[in-house]
Amino acid sequence: MSFLKDIQSSIVKSQVWKSIFRVGIPTDNRKRALAMLGNVVLHLHPIKVKKSGLRMSYTWCMGGTAFFLFLVETITGLLLMFYYRPTVEYAYFDMIDLREVAAFGIMRELHRWGAHAMVIAVWLHMFRVFMTGSYKPPREFNWNVGVILLVLTLLLSFTGYLLPWDQLAIWAITVGSNMARATPMLGSEGPGAALLTLGGTKLIHVGSDARFGLIAGRTIGGGTLIRFYVLHCVAIPFVAAFLIAVHFWRVRKDGGISGPV
Amino acid sequence: MEAIRDLINFFSYPQWSFTLSLVVFGVMLWSRKLWTKKGGLLMLVAVTAFFCLSLLDPNFRQVVAKPDNVPIVMMVFIVGYFLWLSLYKAFRNDELTEAGEPTFEKSEVEDKIFTWPDLVFSEFICMVILTVVLVIWSIALQAPLEEPANPSVAPNPSKAPWYFLGLQEMLVYFDPWMAGVVLPGLIIVGLMAIPYIDTNPKGNGYFTFRERKSEIVLFLFGFLVLWCQLIVIGTFLRGPNWNFFGPYEFWDITKIEPLVNVDLSEIIWIKLLHVGLPSHWFVREIFGILLMAAYLFVLPVALSKIKFFKKYYEQMGPARFYIGISLFLVMMLLPIKMYFRWLFNLKYFIHIQEFFFNV
Repeated sequence: MSFLKDIQSSIVKSQVWKSIFRVGIPTDNRKRALAMLGNVVLHLHPIKVKKSGLRMSYTWCMGGTAFFLFLVETITGLLLMFYYRPTVEYAYFDMIDLREVAAFGIMRELHRWGAHAMVIAVWLHMFRVFMTGSYKPPREFNWNVGVILLVLTLLLSFTGYLLPWDQLAIWAITVGSNMARATPMLGSEGPGAALLTLGGTKLIHVGSDARFGLIAGRTIGGGTLIRFYVLHCVAIPFVAAFLIAVHFWRVRKDGGISGPV
Repeated sequence: MEAIRDLINFFSYPQWSFTLSLVVFGVMLWSRKLWTKKGGLLMLVAVTAFFCLSLLDPNFRQVVAKPDNVPIVMMVFIVGYFLWLSLYKAFRNDELTEAGEPTFEKSEVEDKIFTWPDLVFSEFICMVILTVVLVIWSIALQAPLEEPANPSVAPNPSKAPWYFLGLQEMLVYFDPWMAGVVLPGLIIVGLMAIPYIDTNPKGNGYFTFRERKSEIVLFLFGFLVLWCQLIVIGTFLRGPNWNFFGPYEFWDITKIEPLVNVDLSEIIWIKLLHVGLPSHWFVREIFGILLMAAYLFVLPVALSKIKFFKKYYEQMGPARFYIGISLFLVMMLLPIKMYFRWLFNLKYFIHIQEFFFNV
């Protein structure tokens, strides 16, 4: 055993180890504070937290769960992007390859079930924040950032739903995107669209309305696939990541995890 | 068994199950006994036993065991658990307050604890547990992959992703511009408006029911009775042609529902006045337009004079009160329209097909 201890101490005392972990394993309060301050991931947290805010029965750990699932989705999504080609010719067969041929054949499962779980986690996080009245001053703005993150979560899930390019995918997106046709003023079958004319020509028709803009065509096709792919893999995650940063920043600035005043 | 199944099928039809859910919702908020430890455990056992017994039925099993529907079954149980937890804690805190003692959170809020190791380690444990759950789930249940996309063959029923099925279910009662655009938009606006409308300073940072009854009742009504319940109906109980099927009913593709719905204009001009529909749309729909205008613009003012709402009016001020009450009335338009459909077969209050403006 002393042999193992020798190895351990020689690692911990080596220049390489010390250059990475400045503080070492915290043994006193000063080091506990320094450990939080000196680590880029841990410094998201304050040095001390309210005991009431530590309780799982208070926070339900749902905000953290939602964020963790966002990270899971990012990592598994990145791995899936190595295989998947967003074209009508290849998309479906890449799905089969992901299941039958690719190493660690559960990446798509992890990504899909993680996505469902993330939607539920975000709802429950919101439910908890409401039930504890944590949206009340001074946290009004952060509740709003949260509502936008909820919408982004649903949009991420919705755009990802098309990518397998099977019957389930295109018909779910068909049903969903048909709603855009009825947008007031901006949809070809929406109320008020008939009012937008220029010299007797309709401005809003099936080839120019909100649905056309959403799915890049009159029907779901290759154009929709690449549009949803870019939204799913780049555009929405980028906005979501930025807003998550704002969300966390404001949690700290508004006084940490909520508690009675 | 067959008789029980038929009975449950019958009472699961929306007009009955929705009414039943309203009753359960009321009882749930009134009866604190349900939220004690024993009461909660009993409810869990009863629901789980009911669910397991139902799994014996092939029709039930077929719908519930669809890979994409598994998360929704889990969601029902998880939401139920957290509803129990939040109200249990709220009622406990209310008892403490009533006894003149500080709430559970208040007694611990001054106590500050180092993030390392307590918070960091519990987060780490949560991550490990979540990873294990996700990996087991992914190995046990394969992600669905149906036949390759074929734009010329529509599956029946065609369903949106599950979290939008509440909106798709609203299409039964409203046109797409309402169910798919205006109402979802107002849900987002309404959620964002909550912190600015709610002026009640109490209940900030701890569980309580008594100190913010109306807020919690409204939120739970929207989240549980409308949002979650419509998702469950849309997922499990809507079959071919979006017809309704009880949980143990076979999804018969040839089932025909008679289309007997009539517009408000038809009820008034033809059935009551016996004169036939006027040709101009404005005259034809005048009653519906007046009714909607009264509902959205006169009713808020009238409500502000009633004793129950008057205290909110004085507490919130006119701007907050009118925005809040308008959002509330738009939300209530859904259950109101549902009951008009079930009671009078009403199709539209306002039906101006000329401009695609149907409410």
